[in-house]
Parts: sequence; C-alpha cells; structure tokens
Amino acid sequence: MTMQIADTVSLSASDAKAREKARAAAARDSLRTEPPAVRIAIITLAVLFLSVFVVLPLVVVFAQAFSKGVLAYFAALAEPEAMAAIKLTLIVAAISVGLNLVFGLVAAWAIAKFEFPGKTFLITLIDLPFSVSPVISGLVFVLLFGAQGYFGSWLRDHDIQILFAVPGIALATTFVTFPFVARALIPLMQEQGTQEEEAAISLGASGLQTFFRVTLPNIKWGVLYGVLLCNARAMGEFGAVSVVSGHIRGETNTMPLLVEILYNEYQFVAAFAIASLLAMLALITLIAKTVLERHLDEGQDVNDH
Amino acid sequence: MTIEVKNLVKKFGSFAALDGVDLKVDNGELLALLGPSGSGKTTLLRIIAGLDWPDSGEVSFNGEDALAQGARERHVGFVFQHYALFRHMSVFENVAFGLRVQPRAVRKDEATIRARVKELLDLVQLDWLADRYPSQLSGGQRQRIALARALAIEPRILLLDEPFGALDAKVRKELRRWLRSLHHEINVTSIFVTHDQEEALEVANRVVVMDKGRIEQIGSPDDVYESPATAFVHGFIGESIELPVQVDGGVIRLGDRPLQLAAEGLAPGASKLFVRRHDMLVGPAGSGAFEGAVQHVRNFGPVQRAEVALSGGETIEIDAPRDKELRAGDTIGLNPRRYRIFAG
Repeated sequence: MTMQIADTVSLSASDAKAREKARAAAARDSLRTEPPAVRIAIITLAVLFLSVFVVLPLVVVFAQAFSKGVLAYFAALAEPEAMAAIKLTLIVAAISVGLNLVFGLVAAWAIAKFEFPGKTFLITLIDLPFSVSPVISGLVFVLLFGAQGYFGSWLRDHDIQILFAVPGIALATTFVTFPFVARALIPLMQEQGTQEEEAAISLGASGLQTFFRVTLPNIKWGVLYGVLLCNARAMGEFGAVSVVSGHIRGETNTMPLLVEILYNEYQFVAAFAIASLLAMLALITLIAKTVLERHLDEGQDVNDH
Repeated sequence: MTIEVKNLVKKFGSFAALDGVDLKVDNGELLALLGPSGSGKTTLLRIIAGLDWPDSGEVSFNGEDALAQGARERHVGFVFQHYALFRHMSVFENVAFGLRVQPRAVRKDEATIRARVKELLDLVQLDWLADRYPSQLSGGQRQRIALARALAIEPRILLLDEPFGALDAKVRKELRRWLRSLHHEINVTSIFVTHDQEEALEVANRVVVMDKGRIEQIGSPDDVYESPATAFVHGFIGESIELPVQVDGGVIRLGDRPLQLAAEGLAPGASKLFVRRHDMLVGPAGSGAFEGAVQHVRNFGPVQRAEVALSGGETIEIDAPRDKELRAGDTIGLNPRRYRIFAG
C-alpha cells in the first residue's frame, strides 16, 4: 500500500516536466485544430458521402453502359435516334451558349461599369432563372408561343413553328442558362473597375479598341468559365426542355430527354450509353473548371496593389 | 498649353463636388491641387481629362473649348492613383499602347514605336523591366511605368491623380524629387492632385488649395504657407494653433483674458486666432500675451513639443527650440512671433 503511494508520487514527480510539456503541446494543438478522432470522423464522413452519392452513380452509369460489351455500347450510340438527339443537343447548346455569351457580357458590362436606377433590381432579375423551377420556365414559353398562347395565333398565321421545335428548345435552354456567364463576369468586372478602360481611352483608344485590347483580355478566363458552366447546363437541361419539346422521336428529343424515354422502354444499355456521354461531359467540365479557376486566381493576384 | 477653367459646377446627387471653380494654368507650369478628401480636386482633374463632365462651366485648352472633345481627342496624359496599368500586357506593351491604338493614317511603324518606347523607359530609368508584367513590379516602378505610358502619346497636358498616394514614405520622397526634375526636363503643363501638403509645397511651383468644392487660395508654395488667405488654408497647411477669440473695441480676448496683441483693422465679433507652433516664443511667466502650464514634453530632433494648458482653458501644442529645457509643471509666458486672425 505504502509502496504503491510512494511509487505514484515519485512517478509524478519525475514525469512532471514531461507531462507539462505534453500538456502545452496539446494546448497548442487544440488551438489549431480539433482532436484527431473528430478530424478522422469528419474526413471519413465526407469521403463516404461523396463516394456513395457522387462517385458510385458515375461508376454505375458507365458499368451499365458497357454491360453488354463495347460493341453494344457503340451500336446504341449509332442509332439514328441517338444521333439525332446528340446533334440536337449540340445545336441547342451552341445557340444558347452563343446568345448567353452576348447577353451575359452586355448585362455584366452594364452592371459593373455603369450606375443607373434599377441596377439592384436587374441583378436580382438575372438570378431569376436559377430560382424558378425549370418546368415553370418551360411553361412560360408554352403560354407565350403555344397554340392558345399570346403569340400563338400570330405565329400560326405566319407559319412559324417555335414550340415543339428547335427554336422553342433553344429559347427554353437559353432562359434557364442565362445567369451563368453574367454571374461569372459581374464580380470580376466590378472588382477590376473602370480605370484600365479610362486609361485606354485617355491614351487615344476607341471604344472597340478598348474592348478588344483591354476589357476582353482581362475577363477572358471569366468568360470561358461562364461559357463552360453554361454549356454543361445547356446540354444537361431536362425540365424546361421537356415541357417545350413535345418529345417527337428523332426530331425534338435532346440527350437527357432520350435517356428518360429509353430508360422507360427498358433499353438500359442505350439509355446509359447516352447517359455516359453526359457523364463524360460533366467530367470534362469539372477538369476544365479546375484549370480555369487557377487562371482566375492568378488574374486576381495581378490585381492587388 | 494653357488651361482655363471657368465657373465649373459638378454635383453628385445633392453633393456639390465642384461649386464654381475658376482656374488658369500657365504653359509649362507644375501645379498642385491640394485639399482634404472630398474637396473636389480629383473631380476637377477628371473633368480636365475628359473622364467626367461638369454640370455647367467651361474648360478650354489654349482658348479652345475642351468640353467639345472626348477624352480620346484631348491628348491629355493621365496617371492614375492606382496606376491602372494593363495587367495582361508587358511593361513594354503598356508603354506602347498609346502608339499602337493611333489611327492607321498617323500610326508609326513598328521600329519607330520600339525606339520611342525604349526612349521612354530610359527616361523613367526602367528599361531593364520591359519584359516584366505589372504584377511583378513594385509600387514605385508601376507608377513610373504609368507615367511613361502617359508620356508616350506626347500629351499636351499631364495630369496626375494622387501619383504617390499608394506608395510608402521613402519611395514617395524619392519619386517627388524625380517628378520635379522630370518636369523640368520635359516641360509639359502638368497638374497633380494630392492631399499631402508637404508633397504640394515641395514639388509644385504653384499650389491651389481646395475645400468643399471651392478654391480657397492660389499661390506659390511660400504664399500659401506664409500668408494663408483663409482660416481653412491656415489650418490645413503647416501645423497651426487655432484659438477661438473675441474681438471688440480694439481688444482681442481669449475667454475673459484680454490679449496684448494688436487688433487694428479687425472686424468685431467671434474670430479665430492662428499661430504656427514654432512661432510661439517661450518666456518667463507673466511676460507674454498668453500664460500657461506645461503639461507634457516630447523631443523631436531639434525641437521639443510641449502641451501647454492656457489659463483661458484651451490646451495647445507648441514647438520650442531645445536650448531652454521645458519641464512638466512649469508655468510659462507665450508670445506669438507672428499670428493671423480670421473673422468667423
């Protein structure tokens, strides 16, 4: 008994310094970060969640697409219906990205470089397509251009087809993807201010020279970033397009619409083959986005004075 | 190139940035616009450059209406406070920009442009930085490149907005001296804006002091320092002691205490008495116009700065030579060597 007590006392005495040190180190550690157990738990949780909800579906898509072999995969993609959907998707994406590039540039320019009444309202309005359900976006166009819509009879009289045709799909897609380019550019242009443009003009540059030699090079990475995200969404849009497309096979089905149709018809290989193309697009977008973000950060560094 | 500004008014909402400004700048001058922030000096500079437009008033260069021209046609070199260098272009291309965007009819060939840029980079002593990008330069280097870029178009007028505002004190001093000698060399009519009185007094040959959108005084650096025209100028330039006094019946009073100072020609009523800190002469108690107790003394090189509580109730700071040491608790007499009194 006495021995034991003595032991403890001598132990604590000899170890006092070391323990003090350890406690100090632990205190320093706890200032910096959580205990290791918590850290490991959080990281595991995040990785697990990502694996189950993001990586696994991606793997499943490709596994399903190739489940009957590579030949079946390519045969499914070579189907005229599939080819038509891919073509239509590319056309629609090209139109809506093109339009949004111009609109986005103009809107960002107006908001970042000028002061005018209603500016805050305009900024809010730009976000509208993000906050409204895509199905409603599609319905708006049905209300406008449908047979019973505001412009319906006029369009019929002039024999112009908007709904259930390429123009309608392009319009709906453009509406839904409008914010991307503007959103990418507004903060960038606001941060850069107008001084470089003013400098260019005072040095004798015309408006066009100023735009192409000063403004555009300064925002080019932002433009590419916006276009990239805009394109990804344009190709993948389902809701709005579904409402205005009419699902005419081989004519007004985009890739996402065709995936759904094929899936409902139990053509899993074909459905997932096309889905795999969309997944690939997502991966490419992701990589390009990472690269672009690095460039954007560099651009910001240049700016600090 | 002479510049003439007549009755310029510019409002931002209800705030009058410029409230009736008249100014004449002679050919080859180096003029400073000096004032606190919000005094309208930058607005005036931007209007002269064509980057802003007045609500009313006239601006003319050599008698020609400048407001009829845009910034592009005015041929004015502008140097921005934050340099506004083109961040995606090399130093060389930044300087060459003004030459490259000229209309094709008058644009020089590549060899001439290169020679001219080289010459300008030599002028600002930074030819070795030609291939760098703005982000790789120090603040002082960026500012000199911005100046070279503005000079490339052979401007009729050179305008500089707080040219040294974003630089640290040491670099600022160097660049000041350098700017003055550069101006001597190229002799372009130049205006620079600053809120730093030392900078204005050291660099410019004429100083325009502005406050609240109006010009308070125009004069040589000596003029504005030695004979300030208004209370604002006296308070703004140099370190001044400001005391509220009452003038009546030929007597100046601080509180209840009559001061033994000449009051001829002064309008009766509440006034402000201004004395430079170093113009307050220290004497024994009972010997001067003022009387006070030393509260606190600090030494600054050749002078000692003393906080003195005057018997009228005000506390002032004076700069006295260090031959007679002051100590906290001393009662001293103070006599202003020079002073000015402004009504109001």
